[in-house]
Amino acid sequence: MNNNDTFEPVIIGFTCNWCSYRAADLAGTSRTKYAPNVRLIRLMCSGRLDPTFVFKALANGADGVMITGCHPGECHYIEQNYKALRRFHLMRRTLQGLGVEPGRVKLVWASAAEGAKFAREVTSFVEEVRALGPLNWGAGENGPVTAYHSTRQEALA
Amino acid sequence: MKEYAYFPGCSLEKLAVSYHTSTLETSKKLGVKLKELDDWNCCGSTAYFHIDELLAYTLTARNLAIAEKTGLDVVAPCSACFKNMFFTAVHMKKDPDLAEHINFALEEDDLNFSGNIRIRHVLEMFAQDIGAEEIKSKVTHPLEGIKVAPYYGCQILRPRKDHEETENPHYFEELLSAIGANPIEYSLKTRCCGGSLIISSRIAALSMVRNLLECAINQGADVIATACPMCQVNLECYQQSVNQEFGTQLSIPILYFTQLLGLALGVPKKKLGIGKELVSASPVLAAL
Amino acid sequence: MEKIGVYVCHCGTNIAGMVDVQEVAEWAASRLKVRGVVIGREYKFMCSSLGQELIEKDIKELGLTRVVVAACSPHLHENTFRTACKRAGLNPYLCELVSIREQVSWVHTDKDVATAKAMAVVSGGVERVIHQVPLEPMKVSIHPDTLVVGGGIAGIQAALEIADAGYKVYLVEREPSIGGHMAQFDKTFPTLDCAACILTPKMVQAGTHPNIELLTWSEVEKVDGYVGNFTATIRKRARYVKTDLCTGCGICWEKCPKKVVDDVFEAGMGTRKAVYTPFAQAVPRYPVIDRPNCTYFLKGTCKACEKFCPTAAIDFTQEDELITVEVGNIILAIGYDTFDAHRIAQYGYGRLPNVITSIEFERLCNASGPTNGEILLKDGKTKPKAVGIVHCVGSRDKNYNEYCSAICCMQGLKFAHLVHERTGAEVYNFYIDMRTAFKGYEEFYQRVLEEGTHFIRGKVAEVNNAARNKDEEGKLIVQVEDTLVGVQMRIPLDMVILSVALEPRHDAKETAKRFGLSCSADGWFIEKHPKLDPVATMTEGIYIAGCVQGPKDIPATVVQGAAAAARALGKIHAKEIALEPFRASVTEAQCSGCRICNDLCPFNAILFHEDKMVSEINAALCQGCGTCVAACPAGAISGTGFSNEQVLAQIEGLLLLNVDKNAVPV
Repeated sequence: MNNNDTFEPVIIGFTCNWCSYRAADLAGTSRTKYAPNVRLIRLMCSGRLDPTFVFKALANGADGVMITGCHPGECHYIEQNYKALRRFHLMRRTLQGLGVEPGRVKLVWASAAEGAKFAREVTSFVEEVRALGPLNWGAGENGPVTAYHSTRQEALA
Repeated sequence: MKEYAYFPGCSLEKLAVSYHTSTLETSKKLGVKLKELDDWNCCGSTAYFHIDELLAYTLTARNLAIAEKTGLDVVAPCSACFKNMFFTAVHMKKDPDLAEHINFALEEDDLNFSGNIRIRHVLEMFAQDIGAEEIKSKVTHPLEGIKVAPYYGCQILRPRKDHEETENPHYFEELLSAIGANPIEYSLKTRCCGGSLIISSRIAALSMVRNLLECAINQGADVIATACPMCQVNLECYQQSVNQEFGTQLSIPILYFTQLLGLALGVPKKKLGIGKELVSASPVLAAL
Repeated sequence: MEKIGVYVCHCGTNIAGMVDVQEVAEWAASRLKVRGVVIGREYKFMCSSLGQELIEKDIKELGLTRVVVAACSPHLHENTFRTACKRAGLNPYLCELVSIREQVSWVHTDKDVATAKAMAVVSGGVERVIHQVPLEPMKVSIHPDTLVVGGGIAGIQAALEIADAGYKVYLVEREPSIGGHMAQFDKTFPTLDCAACILTPKMVQAGTHPNIELLTWSEVEKVDGYVGNFTATIRKRARYVKTDLCTGCGICWEKCPKKVVDDVFEAGMGTRKAVYTPFAQAVPRYPVIDRPNCTYFLKGTCKACEKFCPTAAIDFTQEDELITVEVGNIILAIGYDTFDAHRIAQYGYGRLPNVITSIEFERLCNASGPTNGEILLKDGKTKPKAVGIVHCVGSRDKNYNEYCSAICCMQGLKFAHLVHERTGAEVYNFYIDMRTAFKGYEEFYQRVLEEGTHFIRGKVAEVNNAARNKDEEGKLIVQVEDTLVGVQMRIPLDMVILSVALEPRHDAKETAKRFGLSCSADGWFIEKHPKLDPVATMTEGIYIAGCVQGPKDIPATVVQGAAAAARALGKIHAKEIALEPFRASVTEAQCSGCRICNDLCPFNAILFHEDKMVSEINAALCQGCGTCVAACPAGAISGTGFSNEQVLAQIEGLLLLNVDKNAVPV
């Protein structure tokens, strides 16, 4: 992604349409600068987060995943962020069992008014993941990602 | 048979010895064993906490540690001792760093406090742990017709310990009713007596004492019952000073609630220290 | 393979200043050609009509089947581009707007990095849009009847507006008469209009309106359904009075020998009989028998009301009746309760005589109240010579309610004025701040100041009767610090009025659950958006109005009642509404009937069919959060607009796994 020697982690971020996506928007309108390593995906609710998404992201080259949503008690769909919370904890333990450091997945609550907080969380998470180093999960000649790509290229040809 | 570790506190040795003897007599009558703490020390009262907090906590914690060794809950008759002990335990629980410092010092004496015992005030012990019903059943000489002002004082209630009622509690009144007395509606029952202000800021404290006495008298009390040696001293020993200062003519006996309780349970007056007070209670008690 | 058009907006220099938009457009056209991108354009302002025309032209000429616009936040222009696609004949849901402004150009500082990220974002958008399917907004028909719950001023206003527009309203009220708290007041601020005088005409209108069916002494027990199609079960409690025969003459309550303390309408200050109407101007005028206090029901004797009723309208055999109504919209206007002043023991309420609450004082002032409008002490004959009014009792207080109750300052001023007017007593208002924000309020404050009211800024520490000198004997002494001068004051008074906080109804949480709504931590019902949508809720078709949403004065309440009515009328008038098509749906063949999804839905949108052993999602109730989609272990639930395929594809796109590495490098 860039030319210097420091490892630049790639992070996929999931945001919820009502709070955290708007927090990201607010960070933008306020011109608050934060680390560029995060690429965001918009979901309607943090409760939509399927753990498969996280595994897919990590297996396909992301070094970390950030999940964001409304504060507990403030979910637009009333209580779905609690379900996201439950899933998050279970998923992190599962990842740990698979050899992925728990520090690579983070859950952050941000309301639509917390643009500055969103920016801060992104930047600090990037540093945390940077310290953990690249994940390279599934990379390597016989790794699942490489195999996946070769079959895909065959399919596309 | 209920058993408690008993912390008399410094003032019960001399100035408030009638509180001490009446507490022991009444608990004996009710089948409660009070085991005085071995080698207890002063709790630090009000003054020490303003000089060195850590040392003051440690001083109190030493008593708590001695009590914990007996495995019994500890009970204190003086509101200041009670408050100091209760909140030392609370702070040690909330602040592990403080607890570490304190226990480090206590190690010298082979002591340690881990916060496993309850700390009760003598009034709480009688009114709540033993209970008004139990006491009523043992009353032989009900204090019929005696109007008593239930003076809680402040340190037994504040700072608030749990969710209990601090503005308008009723357990003292229940206890007094149980012994046949007539607890009056005492509007200043939770007001401060001035405490040690009587020494440092005399006029302010005398004013506070005056209000307490006047209110009790105006609301029809024959006697004020207290649960703290400081309150008792302030209310009784300074009545003359109050009258001199403000030109009033206030006079009302101030007894410890344990003295009244003892009378109702049939303990002889002498054993309760009655007859030794500055403002004689005889006219009031003559009716009995 | 889809035909995708990628449009990158400059947004003036907002994007172009940090992102090389041309490079991004060219990159998309070449590197993502293999994925179906047939054109990549950049333009100064995509949202302008010219920008939109670019898209429309390409759709028509190039036969585009998908569109990706890389510009500002979808919260701003998603609709703009969707509409443009629709105009050109492409299903609007096949258009994806990705943000490279708020989330790239405005927040990063390195041009190369920002440009590279913009490419990744576009790539993600492309992958996602490939898996988009054409969607149609769902149409739902709207039943023209409306249910209004709560017969206070908010509910009455809403009901009248809808009824006047020609549609039927069921107005349900749990007390025997409509009117709510406003009927208890004497005067209203700042005009000092008599509350009953301005309220009763509306009450009568509501009671006689051909389109309003009044269901008093009734409660809603159950609500089912969804916007446009609600079914409500209402319990009409037995009045023990035949309303078709009753003339409201009042002989029954005159003759009734059983008096009870009226702690609802009279706030405990007065009495009523066991058969009663709450007040003289009650609508409807039919009384009810208070069964727990009626001698006949208790002991089997008396029956005086029945004996004396000239139209034989008393019927002790009457039973509760359950009725079911179908409505299209529901308006909840259940109002408030007041703070229990016993909780603040140091104010002496309940212990010291002549310490009363605001509602109790309203009853004292009211001409049809227990003292015929005379402000008297508890002895029933003495006029007070000094009255204190304590603001913020139970409000703005960490120990009780942190919020401000909005009306107490004006109410305190109103009381001050009434006391001056009727007793000539000295009046003290103990306040923290004077909140007199709206029309005529500040002027009213000035007027009360000029009347000689003493204002003391300080939170009252206690109200006590421990007199310290002759002047204080027999009085209530308020101890307060006047914080503006820094002096402790003891003020002897004859009467102390506590301006108690407004609180949600004690059963607000149960009521909210019944309607599928939620309450905030304080217990007020949650509105859709506190600033821009205060009468709607998260449930389409259910509106809230008045103090149920939070403390407010009468004008604001009336406005909310009218606003809720307007929303309902809008739906009724449209006859059917379109709901956003982002819904979840269960693929029956894949559902194993594990029911994990059933309990996850806060909108009760998931039903389980016992016969087929599969779950089904009611698309009208579904709000599209997607939690069930994520939870289904079989992957049997799909969520349109945010399907698994779309998100997984977007992840691949963001990580640039889809890029044709052999295409001509940019």
